[in-house]
Formats: sequence, C-alpha cells, structure tokens
Amino acid sequence: MKITLEIVKHIAHLARLEFSEEELKQFYQQMVELLDHFARISELDTENVPPTSGILPLYNVMREDNPGPTLPREEALKNAPEEESGFFKIPTILEAED
Amino acid sequence: MLKPTIGLEVHVQLKTRSKMFCSCPVEFKAEPNTLVCPVCLGLPGSLPVLNRQAVEYTIAVALALHCEIQPFSQFHRKNYFYPDLPKGYQISQYDLPFSRNGYLIIETEEGEKRIGIQRVHMEEDTAKMIHGESISRTSGYSLIDFNRSGVPLLEIVSRPDISSPQEATLYLMELRSILRTLGVSTANMEEGALRCDVNISLERGTRTEIKNLNSFHSVRKALEYEIKRQEEVLKEKGQVIQETRHYDERAGVTLSMRTKEEAEDYRYFPEPDLVPLKIDPPWIEEVRSRMPELPEDKRKRYKELGLFPQEAATIANNPELANFFDSCLSLGAPGKEVANWLLSEVMKYLNARNLSIIEVPLSPEGLVEFLTVLKEGTISSKIGKMVIEEMLQTGDGAREIIERRGLAQISDPVLIKKWAEEVIKENPDQVSQYRQGKEQLFGFFVGKVMKLSGGKANPEILNRILKELLLRE
Repeated sequence: MKITLEIVKHIAHLARLEFSEEELKQFYQQMVELLDHFARISELDTENVPPTSGILPLYNVMREDNPGPTLPREEALKNAPEEESGFFKIPTILEAED
Repeated sequence: MLKPTIGLEVHVQLKTRSKMFCSCPVEFKAEPNTLVCPVCLGLPGSLPVLNRQAVEYTIAVALALHCEIQPFSQFHRKNYFYPDLPKGYQISQYDLPFSRNGYLIIETEEGEKRIGIQRVHMEEDTAKMIHGESISRTSGYSLIDFNRSGVPLLEIVSRPDISSPQEATLYLMELRSILRTLGVSTANMEEGALRCDVNISLERGTRTEIKNLNSFHSVRKALEYEIKRQEEVLKEKGQVIQETRHYDERAGVTLSMRTKEEAEDYRYFPEPDLVPLKIDPPWIEEVRSRMPELPEDKRKRYKELGLFPQEAATIANNPELANFFDSCLSLGAPGKEVANWLLSEVMKYLNARNLSIIEVPLSPEGLVEFLTVLKEGTISSKIGKMVIEEMLQTGDGAREIIERRGLAQISDPVLIKKWAEEVIKENPDQVSQYRQGKEQLFGFFVGKVMKLSGGKANPEILNRILKELLLRE
C-alpha cells in the first residue's frame, strides 16, 4: 500500500482530528517510514507460523454472570459537559455529517 | 413478478443477569444511567472481562442453528464515532466469528424450506440515544442513557435464501421460537430485544438495506413496499442504487437515508484487552446436554403423531402451548384430538382475550378428562364447545360442568323417537317432499329434533331413528 497525503487526511478525519498542512506532511513522512518498516518485516517467511493476536499465553478468561455494584448516577455524570434529567446531553448528531 | 432475494441480519439481546464485559446488571426499565460503571461508560483505564454465560448462550444458539462452532475465535474493535459508543469502538467479531454455516427450517405452505445461516457472532450493544418526538431533532441536542451500553448481543446473519416477505416473517418467528425455547432471550421485537435489518434485491440485482425494523409487521410491510419500489424502478429502465434505506412506519414507505460519501471504514483490529476464546468439544457437549428439545424436533415428533405440518408448527413454535400439549401426551391422550381442540376452541378463546395457555385455569388433566367424556359419548362435540369454554373460564372439570348444567347427551331411543315423531307430525309438507326424493331436507329434520332436545340428543342415534321413521310410509 502506498501512502498518499489524501490517505493521511482520511485517517485524520476518521479520528476526528484536524491538522495543519505542515503537520499532515510530517505525519505523511512518518507513515511512509513506518510502512517501509512493515514491508521489511513482511519479507520474512512466516509459512509455518500461526497468526498471533495477542502476546499473552492465555485463553478463555471469563467471569461468572453475577451482577455487581454500579456507579452512583452523580458519579457517572460528573464529567459530562452537560446533563438533563439523569441523561448525558449532547449536540444533535445527524446521520451524515459534513 | 421479479423474484426477490432477501437476507436478514438480526440482533438479539441475550438475557444474562449482567452485561457482556462488566458486572452492571441488565435491566430494561431502570432509571437512565443507573446501570453503568467505568467499563460500559468507556472511561480510560477500565478493562473488559467476558461474561461466561453470554458465551454459553451463544454456543447453545449456534448449536440450535446447526452452525459449525469455531474452535478459536476472537474479538475485534469496530471503530467509528457516534455518541452511543463511548469508547469510539464497539467490541465485536470480524474474521474469526464464533460460528458459521448453519441453517434453520421454516414451514411454508409448500413444505419445509431451509434458510442458511452465514454466521452467528457476539458483540456489545450501544447506549440508547433519545431524539425522538419528545425532543425535536432540530432542537439541537440529544440525550444519552448508557444502561444498554455493553448488554450482550448476538448478530445472526442469514444467507440470501429468503424469497418473500412471508418467508422473512416465518424465519423471524422460527428464530424467535428457538431463542425462547433455549431461554437465552425474550426475543421481543417491540422491546428491542430482537432487531432486524433486511437486504433485498430483485433477480439478484443491486440490493438495498433497510435498517432497524422493530416489529414483524414492519418487516413484512417494509419488504412489500421495497419490492414494489424496486420493480417500478426497473420497469422504467432505471437503476436500483445500493444504499441504506429507512422504513417510515407511519407512512408505510422506505426512504433513502443520507449516505456518507466515503465507504464505511471501520478499521477492525484484534481487541488487545481480551484474550482469544478456545471452545473445545467437551464444553460444547456440556452445553448441548443442557439444551431443551428444539422446535424443529418437536415439529417432527408432532407430525409423526398425525398432526398437519401447520398444526405441528403452531404448537411447537409456542413453548407454553408445546409444554401443555406434551403434558397431555404424557397423560396418554391422543395427539391429534388434543391438537384439534387446542388449535380451535382453546386458541380462539385465548386469542380473543390475548391470553397465553398458562394464564387460564384449564389444566392438561382437565383437557384429557374432557376428551374422555367426549369419547364416552356423554356429550356431543357441539356441547363440548360450550363445556370447554366454561373450563377455560372456571377451571372446573368437564363432568362437573356437564352435571351442573344438565348437558349430558341424551341417548335414550324412546325419548328421541318421541321428539322425532313430533317433528314429522308438525311438518307434513317437508315429509312428503323428502319422501319424493328431496333428500337434502334430512338436515332440516335433524335440526328440528336437536332443537327439541336442547342440543343434547346423541346425533348418531337421532340420525338412525329419523331415517327409520322417514322411510316408513
């Protein structure tokens, strides 16, 4: 995959971040280097290596289905910029933005 | 008519006591934001721990749907920004789903049909946003309740094997009945415990998706409308656009939703906060051994008793009715007769009052006694309808009701003959017409005698005596 400035802008948009042209160029450069590095790793022969999804030698970590304590509502809403009748209050988000 | 190709994507809320990745209780009528903790609010530093019960419920559903359970599966993060998703991603499954390649069987008018299941996977539910009628969308704000955030969900994706709105409804009913039989979900569409998105195309052309259908009625109506709409587009040599549409329940139409210009880009990657799942055969067998008999097997068993496929399906797909029916069977009652009464008089009574069989005082023992009384000839089936209605109301025994109300069938030939003679005497014109060959008048005489007996004359004896008297010149 070849990194372009457009891709960097797209990724920034997905993360809802805004950058100056200068910053975008800097990230562009970093991403190119990063992908070059991965390209080198990809050269390794991994034919007989199973894919790894985690580094822990653990499986099936689970809890029993027992309800436990919850946060008091005041605590839960403490960091909300705005609240109303026990709800978090936010500006309306339309289905499609832009 | 162009052939529709329909696929359903269903989300099911599991009936666990606590949430999927934290121990907040799962309840649906609690005050907003009272069932929350740092995990389901997505606060930094909190870590998810998987609920074992949710996994076992999923195994049961996968088995019931004849799916292959993957020995190794894993959770992924599905990244997108929306206020109902506090972490900025939903923990879901991607290329290593829990199970795939199953099917369920629906009972159509043309017989059984298999609908393929592509995959069954687990994910977490989102928070509930309120911007409906109470709060106008133009008022500039929405309210969020995180009680639902993190409730375990199953996503069940069918193959596009469904070819009519009726089949879609049958598929949903069968799925609901499986979920209820397993006891893993209330599967109540109106309460949002079962939600449905549909994909539909005509003649395997471009498909559209209709999202968030929240009743059986909406699913059928939305599909019917969308089939007609696509037909018209194609008739005018237009093109169906691949898009997501919204069903407006009040207007009964599907409308295009404003679509994002970019394709969806969820940037799935393995959830680093959860270790993978290995589901080994002993665990699967343990879950299987605890599973009740499934509707599909029940139907098969009922059909072997002589029930018609539709009758078998109606009983098997209603767990409470099926329990009642099975209790009657274990008391030695003949299945066919039990089904006849259950599906006619009993269902009529229940449907008219919107009741379930467990909400009326009629017991399986009561129904079986009733059938015995009927077989003994103490009452006719006509009187039987009155008796069963009273049993449904009061819970009293059939014999008790018959005695109290003097409903026992009259089989005394002397008495019946007396009534028959009376009727013949009073209707000389009809008698002579009958004797001249107008045989259809026989019913007229039967009715008259029956009326004299207060509906209690034994029909067989009555028929025999009447015939003898009428033929005797």
